[in-house]
Amino acid sequence: MIPELGHFALILVFTLSLMLGVIPLIGAARGYQAWMRSAFTLAAGVAVFALLAFGCLVYAFVTDDFSVRYTATNSNSLLPIYYKVAAVWGAHEGSFLLWILIASLWTLAVAAFSRHLPLAMISRVLAVMGWLAAGFAAFSLFTSNPFERALPIAPSEGSDLNPLLQDFGLTIHPPILYTGYVGFSVAFAFALAALMTGRLDAAWARWSRPWTNAAWAFLSVGIALGSWWAYYELGWGGWWFWDPVENASFMPWLMGTALVHSLAVTEKRGAFKSWTVLLAIGAFSLSLLGAFIVRSGVLTSVHAFAVDPKRGLFILAFLVIVVGGSLTLYAVRVPLIRSRVHFEGWSREVLLLVNNVLLVVAMACVLLGTLYPLAYEAITNGGKISVGPPYFNSVFIPLMVVLSLALGVGPSTRWKRTSVEYLLRKLVAVFAASVVIGVALPLLISGAFKWQIAVGSAIALWIVGSHLQDLWQQSGGRLSGLRRLTAGYFGMTIAHIGFAVTLIGIVVTSHSSIERDVRLTNGASTQLGALTFTLVAVDRVRGPNYIADRGSVRIDGDGTSYVMFPEKRRYLSGGNVMTEAAIEPGVTRDVYVAMGEPLADGGWTLRLHYKPLVRWVWVGALLMALGGVTAVADARYRRLRVRRDVAIRAAESGA
Amino acid sequence: MSRASLFIPLTAFVVIVALLYAGFSLNDPHQLPSALIGKPFPTFDLPALSAEGSAAARVTQSDIRGPVLVNVWATWCPTCRAEHAELLRIHDESGLRIIGINYKDNPAQARLWLAQLGNPYEFNVVDADGTLGVDLGVYGAPESFLIDASGTIVYKRVGDVNRRVWQEEIKPHVDVLAKSAAAAGAPHG
Repeated sequence: MIPELGHFALILVFTLSLMLGVIPLIGAARGYQAWMRSAFTLAAGVAVFALLAFGCLVYAFVTDDFSVRYTATNSNSLLPIYYKVAAVWGAHEGSFLLWILIASLWTLAVAAFSRHLPLAMISRVLAVMGWLAAGFAAFSLFTSNPFERALPIAPSEGSDLNPLLQDFGLTIHPPILYTGYVGFSVAFAFALAALMTGRLDAAWARWSRPWTNAAWAFLSVGIALGSWWAYYELGWGGWWFWDPVENASFMPWLMGTALVHSLAVTEKRGAFKSWTVLLAIGAFSLSLLGAFIVRSGVLTSVHAFAVDPKRGLFILAFLVIVVGGSLTLYAVRVPLIRSRVHFEGWSREVLLLVNNVLLVVAMACVLLGTLYPLAYEAITNGGKISVGPPYFNSVFIPLMVVLSLALGVGPSTRWKRTSVEYLLRKLVAVFAASVVIGVALPLLISGAFKWQIAVGSAIALWIVGSHLQDLWQQSGGRLSGLRRLTAGYFGMTIAHIGFAVTLIGIVVTSHSSIERDVRLTNGASTQLGALTFTLVAVDRVRGPNYIADRGSVRIDGDGTSYVMFPEKRRYLSGGNVMTEAAIEPGVTRDVYVAMGEPLADGGWTLRLHYKPLVRWVWVGALLMALGGVTAVADARYRRLRVRRDVAIRAAESGA
Repeated sequence: MSRASLFIPLTAFVVIVALLYAGFSLNDPHQLPSALIGKPFPTFDLPALSAEGSAAARVTQSDIRGPVLVNVWATWCPTCRAEHAELLRIHDESGLRIIGINYKDNPAQARLWLAQLGNPYEFNVVDADGTLGVDLGVYGAPESFLIDASGTIVYKRVGDVNRRVWQEEIKPHVDVLAKSAAAAGAPHG
């Protein structure tokens, strides 16, 4: 009964979304106030029924209702309750229902927080989001219904959640990643609404900026979580593979990053308008493209969902309608008037233009690398090639170096025009200091010179140094001066320092990690860098739904001594064997031990890693996200609303 | 900026969609690109699947010299069960040697499977962790690799080896290998 209720709720989501897509739009075209205002009610209705549908599926999982096919293939009565809930989005159908829920919640949020915007504008924005929600719901209903029953013969036990996914990181990774993906639909909807009305002005940019920042922050955290999960769960110590599915989330992030910066120019200076619209369309289109890549099986990947041609065609058709439609609208409606905004030389506009060009080129390189195997196949009629990390690293790293150098100059520039002498005077000391320290510091710490690390740390210090110097100057070097600065400024500083932190983490961990596969018998030791690893014991332990061989490995050196417990788990229902690596996390380094194979003499093979600064990669991403969220809190987004409230109250008291 | 230039993004998108559609209709997920074709079999050092209770011998890449078919399988994989009969038939009829990689599996269940269904394998490498699988670019069982006499991968199959795949894809490769082996042997013989 409950699954049918969920199914019915999903049908209501579809119909209400269609209404949301049509009624307010007609209202806006004809000027019917009530029709436009219905957008708020309809948005709330979509969200309520999406919540209900999702709740029903959660209920089916929690109560082990294996008559639902999706539950039977992805859950098991032995699973702990939190993994039962997480199993809801453990495979294609359920994760798409989550996608729908998140889309409806973004729509609701826009409806709730944008009542101060002109009604004609906001009703169009919500209508665009309604069209998207209708498309998502139709996809779920027609190609991947999670409520389908496996009747008349319902299995008595489920076949279990993929053990790879039985993990905290992966329970929160999809919701956060989807929140980022779908969040770009808000900027997309604002862009389309602006195109429809032809009002591409600074106000439009100001309205979409906080939404874009929030979506971008979620996407940053989502990508970082995915990378962290791959690192500790896949068991071979890598944290980024340039895999098509990773690229699918990285491309919208790059485009979104460009959009965040371009919106700043459009809001502050009224420039780059049509470019910003294009980026807004692009960021969301790439999110959809990512969904297509992951769910259609067109590119193969370790993350691939079940391959189903019907789903692939549906998403491709949806992609054609949404992206093709919006790009056509863009080509036809973007005003041709050249913006009369004037800027020159080393102005902030130019620096942000550099930022945008580099990020979009980087995105295009990733897109090319991701789609090249497909193109090659189409051209050579079936020839197959793979594009690997060497390609991505060789195109990506130079772009990021240039971007980072420009990033150090960015905050010191002013709008319109900044004199080169001023920049030189301000930054030459910081630049020289970061080069000297960047070269000397790694040398002092590790005793070995690696030019990649020297360049990387010099660049990271350059970014941090120039931002701190600007912060010092802006605040006049006094704490009280900090209070004058806006949340937007702090957000920028935090995010940029986060970027530097990620950068240094990537460079150091890529170039000074040590890894080795060893065979150890009980009591035997081996040396890795400054550390001694001793296999103390291997015990048989039992978890809720698995049996494991648990090694006890003592690590000496590093100033301390501690014991780590890597596990080799065998899951009871599927017989799958999983490696649960033991990780001793640290600010300066991670020690990573994974169990390999049992040996005939009672020993084991072990994989040992020493990974300096690997955690900085994700901490930096979190800082970037924190910067994005901080900027959302900027007072100027609320000022408009307060002013209007005051005006209304004044009008009411006057009446 | 002219109106026409505004259509550039749309044009780019149309090209991408055409590509996706082409890839979509072309793409047979059973024929994955493998960067490994023409490369030597990856190095490894893993235990062989032993009889119950006896000590496991260790095997390395030097134990894989062709012509031999290396088959990645697991007891948790239903397709492998379907494929198993065909592997037995190929081994019986053509005499092609087959080496198994028991992938992310439980050795006890693997032994039971071989005892019940028959054993076409010369020996089985126990890749319980999937580390060899990673090096081989295995993305799901079953997968099969044809290795020549120098230990080089000459062919890869993702998905099951059935009669058609054997006749149309693997057997021609095996014949070529046999012919070149004969040619290489000729001057001495």
